[in-house]
Amino acid sequence: MTAETPATVRSASKGPWVRAWGRFSSNGAALAGLAILVPILVLVISYPLWWPYSPNDIDLRALNQAPGPVHWLGTDGVGRDILARLMQGGRISLTVAVVSVAISIVIGFLVGAIASFGGKVVDNGVMRLVDLAMTLPPVIFLLVLASIAGTGVAPTIVVISLLSWPVLSRMVRARLLELRERDFVVAARGMGASLPHLLFRHGLPNSIDILVVYATLQIANAILLEAGLSFLGLGIAPPEASWGNMLNAARSTVVLEQYVWQWMFPGGALVLTVLAINFLGDGLRDAFDPRSDLN
Amino acid sequence: MSEQPLLAVSGLTKHFKPSTFSRGPVVRAIEDVSFEVPRGTVVGLVGESGSGKTTIGRSVLRLVEPTSGAVRFDGVDMTALPPSELRRQRARMQYIFQDPFASLSPRMTIGQILMEGLEIQGMRPREARVARAKAALAAVELPADAFDRYAHEFSGGQRQRIGIARALALEPELIVADEPVSALDVSIQAQIINLLRDLQQRLGLTMLFISHDLAVVEYICDTVIVLYLGRVMEMAPAAELYANPRHPYTRALLSAIPEPVPGRAKQRQVLVGDIPSPANPPSGCVFRTRCPHAAAACANTVPPLDNVAQAHRVACIRREELAGLA
Repeated sequence: MTAETPATVRSASKGPWVRAWGRFSSNGAALAGLAILVPILVLVISYPLWWPYSPNDIDLRALNQAPGPVHWLGTDGVGRDILARLMQGGRISLTVAVVSVAISIVIGFLVGAIASFGGKVVDNGVMRLVDLAMTLPPVIFLLVLASIAGTGVAPTIVVISLLSWPVLSRMVRARLLELRERDFVVAARGMGASLPHLLFRHGLPNSIDILVVYATLQIANAILLEAGLSFLGLGIAPPEASWGNMLNAARSTVVLEQYVWQWMFPGGALVLTVLAINFLGDGLRDAFDPRSDLN
Repeated sequence: MSEQPLLAVSGLTKHFKPSTFSRGPVVRAIEDVSFEVPRGTVVGLVGESGSGKTTIGRSVLRLVEPTSGAVRFDGVDMTALPPSELRRQRARMQYIFQDPFASLSPRMTIGQILMEGLEIQGMRPREARVARAKAALAAVELPADAFDRYAHEFSGGQRQRIGIARALALEPELIVADEPVSALDVSIQAQIINLLRDLQQRLGLTMLFISHDLAVVEYICDTVIVLYLGRVMEMAPAAELYANPRHPYTRALLSAIPEPVPGRAKQRQVLVGDIPSPANPPSGCVFRTRCPHAAAACANTVPPLDNVAQAHRVACIRREELAGLA
């Protein structure tokens, strides 16, 4: 017996969350991501408390003004404060992205779960539907959905989440099909486990890496989709601000060349946020995997 | 043996059919297998890879749906149970897996793994589950601090102990042990086998012990069933089978056991060729293609499983002629 006892008893008393944090905090890139993302979130949420301008206030004495002491990040063509619009746009863009990704994760996971645990007939039926959803040309699908759903925050969320779940459901299905035959899942079945138990105690924890990677990539994608939709006049309609429709100001050559601050800040915010989320996602994936202690 | 056996398998058959969209032969994994496991005894299932041992073990717990036949556990036919009843019955029989690295979830602590079955079976409160899980851990002689650790922190032998503890936590009446030691080092094998035997005797467990290692089976089993290509070739009490094997296949298997004493080499009967494909089994006696004593008649009739002695049954039409050999 003594020969079998492991030499290290280091982590015996720590809980799984403590250990997950330990793994996360040893990843420099992930910490950097967190260090970027948290201030962005705090600023975006708290801006009405410390910034005197609101995003739709028009200052006719300051059209296209460059960054300065009054308007820190300048103003746009109708005299609206860029910083205020950047913060408000962050709220809208991140809300749209996070909520639509959350919805598509729920749909994608459940569809994948039904396909993989529902038996051959269900699997075939569901997967042909997924194939169908994936073969629709995304732009046309978006246009049709958006013209039905209309413009605004909620319809944009619906449109983006309906477009993005099929890929995830395929990945989840593949993972769960493999998992279903693993001995520890068979053991759970042998102990009388129900389908929800199998899905949420074994399926979900063992798919978390897929979900986290998907979420981080998809949040970036959703921000860009929102920008594209807004560009086509079907996403977030002006005067409401979003990073997407602020960027679209850059399609005018004059703005692109002379009023750099009008597109550079939303563009920079978008790149920085997406990058931070990606780093964070990497760190989370490793943190959720107990085996990564071995590496 | 007037008492009703804890487990009675009759006419168990499992054919794996190809999927609806692809053509392919039906794989006959097990064919008309019948046996009984009396309470408190250990029955061994032995055979080569592909002989259907695991399929039988899993059919008993209905982890595999049998094509036909009945599995009676304590008089109740497992194959005809509705899901709610099946869940309750499953708590009474547990499975020990071959591969200790695949059978424990990498994302759960040992405590969570041991309490999973108790949770599924609705045992409350949590303290009761913790107490039961810790008792199971103690029963397999693992330190109590293993409770909060993950499976990857343990060696193969320790993991197999955890697998055994998981089965014991539900206090089952029947344990199906599917090659519980074949993935382990020889030195660890002995520890695990002794542990299983002690637990079996102390707790009065009934066990279906699946193995391809005849030496292990002889040590732990009361009755041995020899399988070949999904069919029963011979079954007998362990002592009788090892002293007086009647089927040519059993004799070949026994002659292949390594002799621990040098110089006492016995005559080996080496089987040539591989086990035939269960998708295309030979006619008549399935063993005839590798049997050193096969005759023309062997291809025509499926040999019935006949009684040759008290509780000793053999499926070979030439068994009388071969009795004097070996």
